[in-house]
Amino acid sequence: MATEFREEHELHKRRFGRNMGLLAVLIAFVAIVFGLTIVKVSEGGKMEAFDHATRPSLLVPEDGQ
Amino acid sequence: MTDTTAVFEQPREAGFGDYVALLKPRVMSLVVFTALAGLVVAPVSVHPMIAFTSILFIAIGGGASGSLNMWWDADIDQVMRRTQNRPVPSGRVTKDEALAVGLALSGIAVLMLGLAANWVAAGLLAFTIFFYAVVYTMWLKRSTPQNIVIGGAAGAFPPMIGWAVATGGVSLESVLMFALIFMWTPPHFWALALFMKEDYSNAGVPMLTVTHGRKSTRVHILVYTLLLAPLALGIAATSIGGPVYLAASLVLNAAFIRGALRIWKRDEDVAEADAYAVEKSFFKLSLVYLFLHFVALMAQKGLAAYGLGGW
Repeated sequence: MATEFREEHELHKRRFGRNMGLLAVLIAFVAIVFGLTIVKVSEGGKMEAFDHATRPSLLVPEDGQ
Repeated sequence: MTDTTAVFEQPREAGFGDYVALLKPRVMSLVVFTALAGLVVAPVSVHPMIAFTSILFIAIGGGASGSLNMWWDADIDQVMRRTQNRPVPSGRVTKDEALAVGLALSGIAVLMLGLAANWVAAGLLAFTIFFYAVVYTMWLKRSTPQNIVIGGAAGAFPPMIGWAVATGGVSLESVLMFALIFMWTPPHFWALALFMKEDYSNAGVPMLTVTHGRKSTRVHILVYTLLLAPLALGIAATSIGGPVYLAASLVLNAAFIRGALRIWKRDEDVAEADAYAVEKSFFKLSLVYLFLHFVALMAQKGLAAYGLGGW
């Protein structure tokens, strides 16, 4: 029967705790990467990196230019 | 319902805390503290967010190597009373899970430290994990009584990594902080081995107490303690030292050498009679010794802001 639920077991509580723990870790990781990005960019970090194609904005200007 | 729960109870399914326990949180706290000290005393200031992230991933890298250690050592952890309740020997987490957690977190930690700080620090962290998991756990722990002497190097890297996070390199100061922990580890662990005696011999781990005898271990503790003192005092003469550190180090080394002398003078009968009181107090003192050395270094740095710092 589709409406029949299995009784709640201590095991399910433990698994729920584990899932919540993982959720908290993932949220914290996202927050850290976001925070780090804000700091790096506001400290003048490069906005773009080498991506297998020439990017004039990444070149070091030569003398007299 | 009681009979069905009994089925699950034997190796009960792991909770989140069991995975945290794989990372050896108590060792982690020492890693956090010494890495923070290395970062704080460095002459370059670091943005608090970058400092926080770096310390976090250094700690996770250290934890990952702990997980790899528990994967490899599951068999001997089962024999020693001190380690029987760890997640793998108690059957809550499987060996394969410990390996997976260890490898995944190692990769994440090194990558994130490289992105947050620099690749010198990340390289040092990678080397530390390799050293602890492969050189110490796999090669040395079961084969030589010098296991903790060389394995101690793994625990000595964190202040060097912290210093590298700030400066992007290695210098005399960071090498001396490494040396301080490196030379401190053997007397610290041998004192423990003196009063935790049956454990290591039952597991077949060649601790110095088992292979060379307890008398020789007492001599080793004294020799290493004497060698440690000039290194600890030597830091006082570098750019991160100063009068506060020198005073603290003098007192701590005097107490440590006094304790080592007392251990050296005793024999087993005397030690047995007072239930290893001197050995136990030396072990506790060793924790205070290391902690206060790094506190003194950080205090020295803090006082510099008020013109009371270094030389």
